[in-house]
Amino acid sequence: MTNFLVAAESSAELSFPVLTSLIVVPFLGAVLVALVPKARVEAHRLIALMASVITGALSVWVLLTFDRTDGGFQFRSDDPNVWIESLGIRWDLAVDGISLFLVVLTGFLFPLAIIGVKPEHSPKSYFAWIILLEAGVMGVFMSLDLFFFFVFFEVVLVPMYFLIGTWGHGNRIYAATKFFLFTMFGSALMMIGILAIVFFHESATGIVTFDVVALAEGQNWGVDAGRWIFLSFVLAFSVKVPVFPVHTWLPDAHTEAPTAGSVILAGVMLKLGTYGFFRFGLYLFPEAATWFAPVLMILGTVGILYGAAAATVQKDLKRLVAYSSVAHLGFIVLGTFAITTESLTGSVVQMVNHGLSTGALFFLVGWMYERRHTRQIAELGGLQKAAPVFAAMFTLVMLSSIGLPGLNGFVGEFLILLGAFVANPWIASVAATGVIFAAVYLLWAYQRVFHGKAEGDNATMEDLRPNELLVLFPMIVLIIFLGVYPKPMIERIEPSIEVLVAHIDANVDGWTEPTADVLVAEESHDEGEEEEEEGESE
Amino acid sequence: MLTPTYYLVLSALVFSIGAVGVLVRRNPLVMFMCVELMLNAVNLTFIGLAWGLNDIGGQVSVFFVMVVAAAEVVVGLAIVVAIMRRRDGATADDLSVLRG
Amino acid sequence: MVDFVYLVPLFPLLGFISLMLVGRRLGEPAAGYLATAACGGAFASTVVTFFGIRGLEEEERQVTKTLFNWVIAGDFGVDVAFLVDPLSVAMMLFVTGIGTLIHLYSVGYMHGDPNFSKFFIYLNMFVFSMLILVLGDNLLLTFLGWEGVGACSYFLVSFWFTEEKNAMAGKKAFVTNRVGDWGFMVATFLAFATIGSIDYLTINGTAAQLSTPVLAALILLLFVGVMGKSAQFPLYLWLPDAMAGPTPVSALIHAATMVTSGVYLLTRVNGLIYEALLHAQWVTNIIAWVGVGTAFFAATIAIAQTDIKKVLAYSTVSQLGYMVLAVGSGVFVAAIFHMITHAFFKALLFLGSGSVIHGMDDDQDMRRYGGLRKLMPITSATFIIGWLAIAGVPPFAGFWSKDEILLSAWDLGGLNGKLLWFFGLITALMTAFYMSRQVFMTFYGDYRFGDPDADEVDEAWAAYLAHAQDAKLEAGTAADDAIEAHTKAVAALETAREAYVDAQIELSQAADEEATVAAQKVVDAKSTAVDKAEAAEEKAQAARDEAGAVAKAASQADADARSEASRRVEPAPGEQLTAGAASEFVPAAVKQRAEHHPHESNWQMTTPLVVLAVLSIFGGLLNLPFTSDLHFLEHWLEPSIVFEHKFAASGLTKWILAIVSIVAGGIGIMGAVMIYLKHNADPKKIEKPILLDAWGYDRAVSAFMGGPGAKMFEGIAWLDANIVDGMVNGTGSFVRGSGSAVRRLQSGLVRSYALGITLGSVALLAWFLVRVAA
Repeated sequence: MTNFLVAAESSAELSFPVLTSLIVVPFLGAVLVALVPKARVEAHRLIALMASVITGALSVWVLLTFDRTDGGFQFRSDDPNVWIESLGIRWDLAVDGISLFLVVLTGFLFPLAIIGVKPEHSPKSYFAWIILLEAGVMGVFMSLDLFFFFVFFEVVLVPMYFLIGTWGHGNRIYAATKFFLFTMFGSALMMIGILAIVFFHESATGIVTFDVVALAEGQNWGVDAGRWIFLSFVLAFSVKVPVFPVHTWLPDAHTEAPTAGSVILAGVMLKLGTYGFFRFGLYLFPEAATWFAPVLMILGTVGILYGAAAATVQKDLKRLVAYSSVAHLGFIVLGTFAITTESLTGSVVQMVNHGLSTGALFFLVGWMYERRHTRQIAELGGLQKAAPVFAAMFTLVMLSSIGLPGLNGFVGEFLILLGAFVANPWIASVAATGVIFAAVYLLWAYQRVFHGKAEGDNATMEDLRPNELLVLFPMIVLIIFLGVYPKPMIERIEPSIEVLVAHIDANVDGWTEPTADVLVAEESHDEGEEEEEEGESE
Repeated sequence: MLTPTYYLVLSALVFSIGAVGVLVRRNPLVMFMCVELMLNAVNLTFIGLAWGLNDIGGQVSVFFVMVVAAAEVVVGLAIVVAIMRRRDGATADDLSVLRG
Repeated sequence: MVDFVYLVPLFPLLGFISLMLVGRRLGEPAAGYLATAACGGAFASTVVTFFGIRGLEEEERQVTKTLFNWVIAGDFGVDVAFLVDPLSVAMMLFVTGIGTLIHLYSVGYMHGDPNFSKFFIYLNMFVFSMLILVLGDNLLLTFLGWEGVGACSYFLVSFWFTEEKNAMAGKKAFVTNRVGDWGFMVATFLAFATIGSIDYLTINGTAAQLSTPVLAALILLLFVGVMGKSAQFPLYLWLPDAMAGPTPVSALIHAATMVTSGVYLLTRVNGLIYEALLHAQWVTNIIAWVGVGTAFFAATIAIAQTDIKKVLAYSTVSQLGYMVLAVGSGVFVAAIFHMITHAFFKALLFLGSGSVIHGMDDDQDMRRYGGLRKLMPITSATFIIGWLAIAGVPPFAGFWSKDEILLSAWDLGGLNGKLLWFFGLITALMTAFYMSRQVFMTFYGDYRFGDPDADEVDEAWAAYLAHAQDAKLEAGTAADDAIEAHTKAVAALETAREAYVDAQIELSQAADEEATVAAQKVVDAKSTAVDKAEAAEEKAQAARDEAGAVAKAASQADADARSEASRRVEPAPGEQLTAGAASEFVPAAVKQRAEHHPHESNWQMTTPLVVLAVLSIFGGLLNLPFTSDLHFLEHWLEPSIVFEHKFAASGLTKWILAIVSIVAGGIGIMGAVMIYLKHNADPKKIEKPILLDAWGYDRAVSAFMGGPGAKMFEGIAWLDANIVDGMVNGTGSFVRGSGSAVRRLQSGLVRSYALGITLGSVALLAWFLVRVAA
């Protein structure tokens, strides 16, 4: 086992299989937690923390060594280790600009989730599940082999099912089952889709392979078949994102999940779906994706408005944040299927930003619940007086979620809407009204929870504790930094997006990227960019 | 003149007796014997046709069937005995734990 | 020297960061002075930048200073870059200048507030955002500042967040502005999609190549944003409510700077508007009519307001309407000119009102003011200067700028221009009227802070009547009780007498000596009892008479009170409100006010007042209309403004128009003098309730949002929980239902399975046979 894993990434410049270790470290951590006896309570947390911190550090190392000029797959082994030769299944990992930041986000959020929240009971299995989940998520983001992608895609369900079902609140069994069934239902069809394209490819070339790159380059299925298979993939990812109208598992799952579960669910797991749209929607099926794009753009827009409208009247604060996720993810879907460089870049940016801001919101709401034992907005009030730091943090994160320029939430939303406007001005104009609603529901909630006079237990609520500040601080720093200076992120994402757009352009007859009817040539920016890049790369 | 038809008719009769026995009797032992009866009816068909067509293959098949039947008897009887030990005088209808 | 522009936003940013870190430790007043110094530093750097720009050749006076690439993706690219030109420098000068004064004022105003340092954090943050808005060389960076000032406005309006009303006002401001922001954002997208760039120089430079629909859409979408930020109809709603914030905030954000940023934005894209003026005049007409409509509408509302800050708020909305009218007429210089003079006098008026509110124990009701001229000399003197400026009295600042706007409207020509001018003129008349009303009610007349106002008088009368009625009822009950007691005493006397008679009969029938003695004793006892009962009865009778008299008196008092209340005359205009016979019953608050002594504010507050008063007097010098050489502002702004407006109207027309507007202002002031100073007419005739209620518009919008709007959202949530999710759960229960139906087939009975096998094989056999036979 280990031999084959290590061999997987023995590429020239890379002697250390860093991507493999991103999966193996948390996996081994989970095994280790499971082996430590139940009685040693603190040990589980410590091991889980160490494993996730090491994973996080490795992911940051990947970020730092990532070549931002290269839009292709990086850290990929030249000769991926064959696992089942006759079926062409290979342990083939790589990152590009699209998956890079999702990997880093995963590596970043898990340690915070472990520091920030303590389970109410049975810590051993809790921590084991959480880091097993991390291994699975990493696997989804990095696998270039459809077989392993599918395996990881399914594997992540199990830990999350138990996290919600065991450590959740109230109606947790219902929520966990709903979550599991929804996702299983979606991916069942996707499995058929995967087999179908593999067989199409085999009958055309005689090679059995699950390699995404080979399949995408080959495009060995007809237009009609491609569209049907695309639909099977889209269904699986739509459930995961979730796209209207298959979103109803999300409010339940989010509301009942434990705090760390909500953070990870919102921060990382929803991105499995949007990432899938990129890698296995646009990249694998360019023709079908462009054909279905208008429908999916409309569904994304409906999600934005619908999620916002539903959030406006929620009485449960956590549920409100959950519905706001539906709206935010609607932006990502809109941007993905507008298929312009701007909107696609914006979508990736938005994935990361939503992970940060909604993750932080779920932390805050979770801590509020720990203190006040209620999430009902009506029972809260005037908390700003008792807990000013808490309120200040909430304000900042809320403004980021509303999409205030200068904070991270704005950049992604803006690029998405900008790109979508070029593709279809009417849909984008309607979607842009989502920014009004975001302000309505979040400010309304803020006013009811933090403003006004504090009564009863609200007047004595404890402010943030040091470990909670420790969790929030890096998130806040990133929220501000990525809002003021998103360039380091965008310039790593964009080359891959350009490669993706070029791939779509090459494989779809009669399709070109929608662009602005430019009256003036844009010169100054490009020049400035190049100069700077030269300067920095030396 | 003795033709295979006589054997086939006899075998059909024996098979029917066995089949009806399995369906109407409730004692597991008797049902078991009826199953054997059906097997032997099949054997008789094989033998009859082997003789009539002058083909040794039929007789070989009978040996297979007998070996399988013997194995089946061993396993089946063991199960019946085990059941009888646990509950006394059980009939086949009482054994419905596999009900959905 | 132009490079000093980097320092301009840097100072408030540093102030903001350092206050965040150590503000609480610095405490009062050091934190306030630090913030003031930060803003002052920005002002000083702006002055240096001003001279830097002035030192350049006129054609080179548009300098772009790039800091770094901000958002770049695909064809889209935008920098964090500052456009330093006469327009932005002019704007920065008054933003930082007035900002510094208001910071200083706030040190005095916020004295004693528990969140003193936090206030200055927000204030510095605001100045920073405002400067980014002004300096941004593209729509997106301006939008960053635009939203930044909106957020600061939200924080500052709901600064005293424990009051539900303030929190609500802050939210309303933010959300209403978001509606406008939608227009701004879509305009940005449209600019990118059609021009390929969103920086101002490119937009203005390519305006001529745009097709008319795109041009119109671009301008109108931006105008939606302007409606939000510059409080134009129909999005002006938030501004009057925003007065819930501390008064310096109202002065800085909601009068002088932030609300003018919409007008600034339109001036920034003057190339577009010029193009529309040439080829699609209906677009600029929309802007002009919204402007003048808002100005007129808000002025009517201001007439009836009783809250000193509400008057100023509606007045601000009205004045912003003027600026928008100027933009719609294509005379950007007039818009900027009025923006600057308005910043001077409106900031002055707001700060003055803050000083009054401060001196009057946080009471904002003008009806209780009066005669403050002697008690607050500096405040009243400066406030009066502000009043003269806004009322359009020459030679104060407001006259020149307002006149220029009216002239430019007239100059549009045709009926359209004349109508615009006419409504502008009527608005000027009303402005003079309501501002005079405010000044007279506040500073002139009798000092009546300790007097009850109309509501309180009514309250007192109601209390008086209630008291009389209570007394009457009480006396009546007491009388009834006395009568009952008397009746009882009479009955007791009767009983005692009867017992006495009985005892005497007993005595007369006594048989022997012993019995006689005993009977005699009984008779004596009964006789004493009768005496006692007689005394008691007498006493009860006296009590009854007395109670009856009291009850009669109380009843009379009640009747008197009623007749007095019904005969109560409404006080004549100007007459003091007295409570008459009900004086004893005026609310306690009145007594509290009577003991309060209004005082002049401290130096931190009066210094800015004086400075602003001076500016309000001489602000007109910026752009005197007499000769072309005196058009300082116009010449200064020339490089920034594509279109230099030359008035078509002749010199004579100009003079006539100026005189007409002076007369209009005079009529307004005279009207107020008649009503509020000389009391020749009842103010109620003018202050209609519907005006006080802002024509019911605000209420209607709130009712719609709270009613059908909320219903719609709830409907969607219901749909989600029942229909969409119901379908999912329905699928689930269908699967479970069909499963349990099929389950019954699995009986577990071996024989029934065997039967199934048999039947199946028979059927198969039959099928084979049929096929073979066929």
